[in-house]
Amino acid sequence: MSDKKPLVTFRDFSYQYFAQAEPTLHHIDLTIYEGEKILIAGASGSGKSTLGHCINGLIPFSYKGESQGSVQIKGLETKEMSLFELSKIVGTVLQDPDGQFVGLSVAEDIAFSLENQCMPQDEMKELVQKTAGIVDMDGLLNNSPFELSGGQKQRVGLAGVMVDNVELFLFDEPLANLDPATGKTAIDLIDKIKTEYNKTVIIIEHRLEDVLYRHVDRIIVMNEGRIVADMDAGALFEAKILPPLGIREPLYVTALRYAGVEVTKDLHPESMDTLAIDKVKDAVCRWNAAQPAPKPRRAREEILSGTDLRFAYNRDQDILKGIDFSIEAGEMVSIVGTNGAGKSTLAKAICGLVRNVRGQFYFEGNDISDLTIKERAQHIGYVMQNPNQMICKPMIFDEVALGLRLRGVPEEEIREKVEAALKICGLYPMRKWPISALSFGQKKRVTIASMLALNPKILILDEPTAGQDYYHYTEIMEFLRSLNESGVTILIITHDMHLMLEYTAHAIVVTNGKILYDGSSVHALTTAKIAESASLKLTSLYDLAVACGIDDTQGFVENFINYERSLRESERSGVREA
Amino acid sequence: MNRKLFDYVERHNFIYDLSGVTKFLCFMIAGAAVMFTYDIRVMVLVFLVSMAAFLMSQITFRQIRLMVIYVAIFMVMNILLTFLFSPQYGVEIYGTKHVIFTITERYTLTWEQVMYQGSKVMKYCAIIPLGMIFILATHPSEMASSMNRIGIPYKATYALALTLRYFPDVIRDYQDISVAQQARGLDMSRKEKLGRRIKNVINICVPLIFTTLDRIELISNAMDLRGFGMHKKRTWYCAKKLTVADFLALGICIALLLLSIAMIVFVNHSRYYNPFI
Repeated sequence: MSDKKPLVTFRDFSYQYFAQAEPTLHHIDLTIYEGEKILIAGASGSGKSTLGHCINGLIPFSYKGESQGSVQIKGLETKEMSLFELSKIVGTVLQDPDGQFVGLSVAEDIAFSLENQCMPQDEMKELVQKTAGIVDMDGLLNNSPFELSGGQKQRVGLAGVMVDNVELFLFDEPLANLDPATGKTAIDLIDKIKTEYNKTVIIIEHRLEDVLYRHVDRIIVMNEGRIVADMDAGALFEAKILPPLGIREPLYVTALRYAGVEVTKDLHPESMDTLAIDKVKDAVCRWNAAQPAPKPRRAREEILSGTDLRFAYNRDQDILKGIDFSIEAGEMVSIVGTNGAGKSTLAKAICGLVRNVRGQFYFEGNDISDLTIKERAQHIGYVMQNPNQMICKPMIFDEVALGLRLRGVPEEEIREKVEAALKICGLYPMRKWPISALSFGQKKRVTIASMLALNPKILILDEPTAGQDYYHYTEIMEFLRSLNESGVTILIITHDMHLMLEYTAHAIVVTNGKILYDGSSVHALTTAKIAESASLKLTSLYDLAVACGIDDTQGFVENFINYERSLRESERSGVREA
Repeated sequence: MNRKLFDYVERHNFIYDLSGVTKFLCFMIAGAAVMFTYDIRVMVLVFLVSMAAFLMSQITFRQIRLMVIYVAIFMVMNILLTFLFSPQYGVEIYGTKHVIFTITERYTLTWEQVMYQGSKVMKYCAIIPLGMIFILATHPSEMASSMNRIGIPYKATYALALTLRYFPDVIRDYQDISVAQQARGLDMSRKEKLGRRIKNVINICVPLIFTTLDRIELISNAMDLRGFGMHKKRTWYCAKKLTVADFLALGICIALLLLSIAMIVFVNHSRYYNPFI
């Protein structure tokens, strides 16, 4: 490493936002060398995003706070530079590909930085054309952001910083808003920048497995504002640093641990491609054979169904093209598919949020096609992705009570129902708090509680875990699971393959306005044909099973999930007994 | 669903291919030409020129229908109110009185009043087609740059570009929030009383404001990180270079302005053209 030039150096750096009581970063020492590819991982609130802000200059220039120690980029103190000087060295691709798309068209957005530097138009056009070619967007230069997918917008965002010929690319959670297949191409593209253009790359992300699909030089793990690990992936897995920090290890690594394999550097566990499969094969097969056969599922009564649903926003574009589905009472179902496949529209159609849907809906055997939104909401609750889009009262109690008050329920009864809902959601002790004191996950619970207060039998949730780390993901999903066990049927729209696999036995795969597959989640994610056409990703457990020569891949994945669940349950009951 | 603020349709013809600067300047210059004068001959000439330009632009009636309706309502109101409050203003200006018919003594319709109010209507008619051309035949991307090039600070004109960019996003947020609140029992239909409905709209606006504030923070970070505001000037990817056609169009407008001034100074010796003497 000594022959490499340092690009970014933190020396005993601490930082505290003015708005916060505690420092966010404590005594950071970190050197990033030219040409490295670094992954910064950590749970929400670990300080990983703040670290990113310190590198791209949003700290100290946009966010105000107090710092100690030094941050140098190319040997210069960042606080003595300007945001503009820094932006010539560090290019940032933000998490939300839509919000950062400033221009009215692809070309303008790529040119944005050049315009600000007063580059003459002819030069600019040439450079934009060339850069768009690198990210494969040169055919869509005149398209507006409304005509692009999330992945395409992200490519444009990338091109927008590439035109500056920056030396360091900083990706802030690049996978958060992408479907699995698009995420995979994004990681490929990032890898191409590193290898072909020899740039330094920093990726901030908690979805380790997806990033590690391509080689990463070092992983820096943050926890509570400190760097707790700075090593390559193999060493990181060997040291077992991640599990207690609320960051998920790749599934195949977890599977190896379950199978009793000592995961060491020498096994090259950093990706499925490098894993020394011969050394682990026997252990995995032995473990798989020892798993008890799963209990057969008993059939339950149907609670909701739709027949031949069709819908179009305008005449030339059908969003739903004849959908039939059936949900059993007490099920937990995921609705998956590419962006724009129609899964959100299907959910909205079920709740009556979009009008003029042709076809029939049945709830507990009764035709509900003619019921209004308000009437359907008695049976089916809808929870949006972003809780900020739903909350409109300053106090928790009032927020949860809103739906009942609008229905003219007597105040006595409201108190009873709201308190019951708050208890279910674990918010009862906070019932008198203002909403602003809550974390994202807690706000999510408030929105769920406000639906539960209406006592629906079905809850539909749009991306309940988007942008959440493993700890909060588990917290939300375990909560939904307990809700489900208490009898509420739950439908989840998601991109998250782990969620689909772990929590929902039943999956409905929607592509292009039609149902591609309706059945077992495990089957969908271990069948290449289904996964590919719906832009899903085969789970790495499938790859592991295949590599180990296990024929019944579906059975292997099921065994894994059941084993993990039994571990979690015994852990939980252990906690209860203690 | 209307997701774009202006319905820009890509076309290629003389008017569409003009630079946005030209269209904006022509609108301003021709506006100035009819601003001061009440000479209906000048105004009819400007009207004919701008109508010709409008027809050349091939903008369809469907695109402007709503605007035409608003303008028509505005003009009818204007005509009625002017007559209501100053029915004899024409007589005052032109100094003669040719009665057409009498309703009451005060409300006597005269040819002078018709001339005065007709000129006023013609003022709007002369300039509106050029305004529509600027709005509908200029690519939205080019608007900010056009206005910047005639001297408006780019930070101000870029705000216009940002509005065009993010307005549909805010509309979508509004729709999403609105349906989610309706699911909780918020009635937005006419069945609900007005007071209640206004209260319900507030329930939608609170989350809308918070999501929009989040968005603004994100956008301003994204812009800062790419050097917006670095220099006093900036260049524009979408600005069109001026061609012969642009100078021709500008020449015509300037000629109209000069004609209008010349008529005031040398021919009419006043802002009014008086056919009654």
